[in-house]
Formats: sequence, structure tokens, C-alpha cells
Amino acid sequence: MSLRNPSSFLNPLLFFVIAISLFPLAISPESHTLSNIAPGIVWVTCMLSVLLSLNAFFHYDYDNGVLEQMVISHHSLPLILLAKTIAHWLLTGLPIILLSPLLGMTLFLEAKSIYVLVLTLLLATPSLSLIGAIGASLIVGIKNSGMLLSLLILPLYIPILIFATSAVSQSQFNLPINAQLYFLASILLISLMTSPFVSAIALKTSLD
Amino acid sequence: MSKLIVSDLSCQRGYNELFSNLSFELNSGEILKISGANGSGKTSLLKILAGLNSAESGRLSINNNKAGSYDYQSDIFYLGHLPALSPELHCKENLDYLTQLSISSSNQSLNDALTNVGLKNFENEYAANLSAGQKRRVVLSALFITQSKVWLLDEPFTALDSDGINVIETQITKHCDNGGICVLTTHQKCNLPSLRTLTL
Repeated sequence: MSLRNPSSFLNPLLFFVIAISLFPLAISPESHTLSNIAPGIVWVTCMLSVLLSLNAFFHYDYDNGVLEQMVISHHSLPLILLAKTIAHWLLTGLPIILLSPLLGMTLFLEAKSIYVLVLTLLLATPSLSLIGAIGASLIVGIKNSGMLLSLLILPLYIPILIFATSAVSQSQFNLPINAQLYFLASILLISLMTSPFVSAIALKTSLD
Repeated sequence: MSKLIVSDLSCQRGYNELFSNLSFELNSGEILKISGANGSGKTSLLKILAGLNSAESGRLSINNNKAGSYDYQSDIFYLGHLPALSPELHCKENLDYLTQLSISSSNQSLNDALTNVGLKNFENEYAANLSAGQKRRVVLSALFITQSKVWLLDEPFTALDSDGINVIETQITKHCDNGGICVLTTHQKCNLPSLRTLTL
């Protein structure tokens, strides 16, 4: 469906590309400065672009009544929501991952750090979608809820941001990054196990 | 044989009590029309019956299966006020998705169902390009496919012309003749046999 309405997934992706490409203009084009702050730039921008896409997570389905049909379906609601979250990741997380090596290069990241950056994105962008699904279910039906969504979701995104940027930064100094990757993997597993169920409860409550 | 039992149902929205201690039973073949003034709780009652909203108190069951259970949700087919169509999908894709979410069978193909409601050759038309009446027809064509026993239809005749209303009334009658149950709200006159009315 999103492929037939490309703006829904192209907008966050364009935001990701444009925001990152503005940093060298605003801060410094020097390779040393940029490569130092590159992990933070990429990860903060990635997080914000995912956040940007979350407003539309249930919005259209709610407005046209398809969400009601999902909720009353005899099929497992958590399973439907998991499928929807995977679709969200395929259209937001995956394009970001695919573009990140190119954007990493523009920020003068070394090949090894780009590899770690892609690895952290691969491990953590699904968590962003899963946690985002909870927030999106809570704000269903609330008008102009962008700020509320940010307030609900950003605190839950902070650990991911810390571990992911720390992993990329440490890789630049050839320090071990296993701990950060394990943390990101455990956050992914926990959100994978809980998010569909919590989202289903939140969605039913929001629609009631 | 199917049996829908509603006992002691109460509903409150905000500080307003819409209805309380509402009880009724519907057996196979029966059609219940819920009538009442605007805001009397017709849609709320249907949403509660569909398992979409929760009641303050009371019990609901279809053949002893409680609301929210797999069997209960399999038995109901609910169409609300909203079109339940995604504008980015074709009519046929929308209908397929809608029927996949409820119990359906392939007795009647999606194309035939669309033909029945006068939308032949509209299979590959985007829902966004349809008029309000045509959108309603696409959704209602699901009635030709679904195998759910209890139909809950909220204002099914809205935006339909007289021909469309006849088609849907015939389908509802056929469903009830085959042992189904139908609960509907409408402000229009309907030509449905064995129609019971519940006024809220």
C-alpha cells in the first residue's frame, strides 16, 4: 500500500538524507571533525526520521475503518500488528540501512566504522519500529499527537541511541564493541517479544 | 442453529448512560433492527456486540462462546460507519483483505461478489476513485462472501440508491433464511421479513 503512496515512506527517507547532508555545511567540511561526530549524526537523524514515519503508522487505517476490522478479526491481533511492524521496518528501517554506507562515506567514516554502523542499524532499527508501534497504538484517534508521540517514545529510544553510537565511536578507536551489540540485540529480543502484545492492548484501549 | 444472547448489558459514554440492563436473544433466521434517536447508543451497542468496545457490565455470547473468544469473533461480521477501504488498493484487493480478516469461503469469487452489487469491471479500480455509494457497495459485497453467522451492520443503506438497497436487503434475507442472524441500525424503512425492532 505504501508503495502506491510513496510519500508515506519517501518523506522520512528524504529527511534522513537531507538532514545528514546539511551537517557538513553547517559544522565543518573537515574530515576529522565530521568523522568524530558521524555516529551521532547518523543515529540521531535515523531516530528522528523513524519518529516522523510513526505518525502514519495507524493513521490511515484508523481514518478509513480498516483498523476496526483488524481489531475485531478472529486472527491474532498481536500477529497482525507484528506483520504491520515488519512492513513499517521494510519501508523505513531497511532503506535507511541501505543508504547509511553512502552517507557514512560522506561523513568520512572509515570502512570498519561503516560496517559497525550498518550492524548497529540492522540490530536496532527493528527495535525502533517495534517500540514505535506501541507509541503509535497509544495515540490512535488523538488529533495532532506528534509531540505526545515523541514524549512517549523518545525516552525508550535513548538506550538504543547510547549503545549504538557508542559502538560506532568505539570502533573508530579499535575498541571492543561486543557489549554494545549484545545490549542492542537484547533490546531487539525484548521488544520483539513484548511489543506486539502491548501494542494490541494499547490499540484496543485506544479504540474503546 | 446459532443463538446470540445479550444479558444485562449496560453502556456509558462519558457521564451519559446510554442504556442499562439490556437483554435480548436472537435465534437463527432473526433480524433485529435497532432504532432510536441520534446519540441513543445504536452504534455503541453494535460496537460492543462486535467486540470493539467494552460494556460497563453484562454478558454476550454466541452459541455459548463469549465475546472476544476466537469462536465468537469468527462468528461475527461487522460493518461500521467508516468505509473500511484503503484508497491505495483496488476494489478487489480491498474486498479480499476485508474477507481475509473475517471467516470467508471461496464459494463465491471476489469478482462475482462485486458483480452482484453492480460493480462489474470495477475490480481493478482504486477505491479512492469511487463515489461514496460505490465504496459502500464494495464493502457490502463482502456479505456475498463471508461465512460468518451473525452480521452486525451499522447503517448499511447509507449512500446506497434504491437498487443497491434492494440487493442488500435480498442478501440479508437470504442469509437469515440460511440460518444466519442480522443486527442492523438504520433510519430508513426496510423491507425485511421477520424483522424485530429494539428501541433504545
